[in-house]
Amino acid sequence: MAQATFKIWRGGSDQPGTFVDYSTEVSEGMVVLDAVHRIQADQAPDLACRWNCKAGKCGSCSAEINGRPKLMCMTRLNSLDMTQPVTVEPMRAFPSIKDLVTDVSFNFRAKPGIKKFAPRKPDAADGTWRMAQRDVDRVQEFRKCIECFLCQDVCHVIRDHGKNDEGFIGPRYFVYAAALEMHPLDSADRLQDLRDAHGLGYCNITKCCTTVCPEHIHITDNAIIPLKERVVSRYYDPITRLLRMIRS
Amino acid sequence: MGVTNINSYDVLVIGAGGAGLRAAIEAAGAGVSVGLICKSLLGKAHTVMAEGGMAAALGHNDDRDNWKVHFADTMRGGQYVNNWRMAELHAREAPDRVRELEAWGAVFDRTPDGRINQRNFGGHRYPRLAHVGDRTGLELIRTLQDHTVYLGVTVHMEYTVIDLLHDDQGAVAGAVAYDRERGRFHMFVAKAVVLATGGVGRAFKITSNSWEGTGDGHAMAYRAGAELIDMEFVQFHPTGMVWPPSVKGILVTEGVRGEGGVLKNNEGRRFMFDDIPDNYKPQTASDAEEGWRYTQGDKSARRPPELLTRDHVARCIRREIKAGRGSPHGGVFLDIAWIKEKLSNAEDHIKRKLPSMYHQFKELADIDITKEPMEVGPTTHYIMGGIKVDADTQESTVPGLFAAGECAAGINGANRLGGNSLSDLIVFGKRAGEFAAAHAKKRGSVKLNDAAANDAMKAALAPFDRGAAGENPYKVQHDLQEMMQDLVGIVRVESEMLEAVQRLGALKERASRSGVEGHREYHTGWHACIDLRNLLIVSEAIARSAIERKESRGGHFRDDYPDKSAEFATFNIAVSPGTGDAMQVVRRPLKEMPAELKQVIEDQKQ
Repeated sequence: MAQATFKIWRGGSDQPGTFVDYSTEVSEGMVVLDAVHRIQADQAPDLACRWNCKAGKCGSCSAEINGRPKLMCMTRLNSLDMTQPVTVEPMRAFPSIKDLVTDVSFNFRAKPGIKKFAPRKPDAADGTWRMAQRDVDRVQEFRKCIECFLCQDVCHVIRDHGKNDEGFIGPRYFVYAAALEMHPLDSADRLQDLRDAHGLGYCNITKCCTTVCPEHIHITDNAIIPLKERVVSRYYDPITRLLRMIRS
Repeated sequence: MGVTNINSYDVLVIGAGGAGLRAAIEAAGAGVSVGLICKSLLGKAHTVMAEGGMAAALGHNDDRDNWKVHFADTMRGGQYVNNWRMAELHAREAPDRVRELEAWGAVFDRTPDGRINQRNFGGHRYPRLAHVGDRTGLELIRTLQDHTVYLGVTVHMEYTVIDLLHDDQGAVAGAVAYDRERGRFHMFVAKAVVLATGGVGRAFKITSNSWEGTGDGHAMAYRAGAELIDMEFVQFHPTGMVWPPSVKGILVTEGVRGEGGVLKNNEGRRFMFDDIPDNYKPQTASDAEEGWRYTQGDKSARRPPELLTRDHVARCIRREIKAGRGSPHGGVFLDIAWIKEKLSNAEDHIKRKLPSMYHQFKELADIDITKEPMEVGPTTHYIMGGIKVDADTQESTVPGLFAAGECAAGINGANRLGGNSLSDLIVFGKRAGEFAAAHAKKRGSVKLNDAAANDAMKAALAPFDRGAAGENPYKVQHDLQEMMQDLVGIVRVESEMLEAVQRLGALKERASRSGVEGHREYHTGWHACIDLRNLLIVSEAIARSAIERKESRGGHFRDDYPDKSAEFATFNIAVSPGTGDAMQVVRRPLKEMPAELKQVIEDQKQ
């Protein structure tokens, strides 16, 4: 078996972090998470990392590998240059807890701030609803989200400007809001919140979030831009504004 | 002992997968205070891995379906040692629970007339699985999670419960836990506790389960004096990935076969036609063409043999591999690409129906499943056995302690049908939440027995006292997994299982010497030490129950007793703490099934 070197970020919330080199055996088909587990078992039992499903379905093992935000379980070693050390570090947009584990609690606080799903009254004879597949395709795209928070990690509004501290909810929750807004049954209205409280306007559609999404959700094109268009046509379209003024 | 926090709730739910979330929702709806503990972040529980769908006799794709057919299918699949009342409740209530998810925002795939679409799965007579592509578990957990966060339930993320706690009278009164982030201890005082901790897959080497599946709920309930039943029945899912080595065991959904995928050996033979059990012959296709028509919704066609029950398919695969007819990496071939002979848009169809399988094989194995066959082999997937509960209330044999989902037992008998787990979570999660809330309302204030809590915390810290000179917990866990896989795996014999019990003794001794050094903050090695205790209890329960059941039935197959025995059809095997450290194994006679349910089963035999 071949040997490879991994530079893994070690450090906690109350100690300065540093990269530590680990040399370990690698074999065909391995992913970065396998290497981290091997290092954990053989050399560093206290190395902290999150993981669950190991199949790209739970979104736990997000990290920055050679500087790119990725899921460790879906990053195969043969996709990396193994002649150089592979760097593995935590998501940098979030406060460090220890090693590869970060404090992602902001994400869990953001969700309840978005108005919840509010279905219209059932309208089919059996007390349920009818929905066509073509009408749910878009929403299903959004609901593929595994909440890995890589889009949040790479969003410069969060990463460089920390606007999440002022209510900016980030790409993950624009996708969440879009899934609700475009849900064929939903009757709530989130546009004003998106404009006033959730910082939709901060996004200047650089598409970094879309690039890193492991589920290949078209975050910018299919979620954020349509939400921006809805906000614009309601609040900034001159004719609608005029009509609103006349009505009021 | 460094307790920083005491939390009090009417109902404490331990585990935040489908069952735990559903229980929390129900309890919160009943107006009691609810605390929810999850071992990982919210929404990451093993439910998220479920792929194919949830079984409910909605009858959308075939109006001949109803709860009676579902009930009979579940009992037949479980080889009639199921708790028939649970199977009945499950079949009757699953449709309402699924519709409720839709009202909470779940977006299932649709039929052409706009209703919830249902797909074929092994052992289900009609297309019955409500699904979202092959990521139904994600849809279920996200729907429940998104519903829960608006209900005022307090969620404790990345907390691991060490043990249940009692009051001075010995009734369950809460739990003691540590948080991963800081390694601090937390006490939970509760009037009722719901265990929803999932499975035990990490006791085996090849498994589809995540690190969380260490049998915590099973073992905590056992230590609290509850009875575990059916622990010999472990489900080895027939199709896990076999290559590359690092992904060995990762699940390949039965949905592949439901959509027309076929199993072949290295001679190209569809070997599943070679061995069809008598009780399934009337409902199994007689040739490949009929099987294909069934997967495409032809109501006059019967199921292809690939959709026989999981226990049977797993054994057939093992037989092919053992006989030297396996694939290059020690599995067999699962081919969905062949449907291009039948469908002009096969490639798109596969990607739409099985997107995450396409993704998983493409990224992890460099295989394009629309063009070439997959290699698959059995993987430890699920345990039918668990905490013995009352069918209606989900209360265990310990008052005030409830259990739901995989950690509870009864509904599945000797073998679980695919799709019955997700529906089990929501049917019995709801019931557990409802009755736990009712229990809490009746019970006066509770007070923990502090001595027990202190003992639990002291024991939890012992690995630090032993330090790095102690046994490496990862190594002990690895050796345990290897041993269980080899000696108590998919095919069992008495002598090997007796050896397993002996070796468990040695492993227990090593686990008691396991040590770590460093700080308590997010120390995964320390966590592994604590998990070991639970893994060892469930492993022993599996081995001892499997020795006791001297026959082959469902997920339990014995080379030395390859046939089913009428005698063993009359009881469940139960384990509970005996005197001292010993595990007590007893036989619990099955309750007599009411005449009307017997009739339902009779009517469905054709």
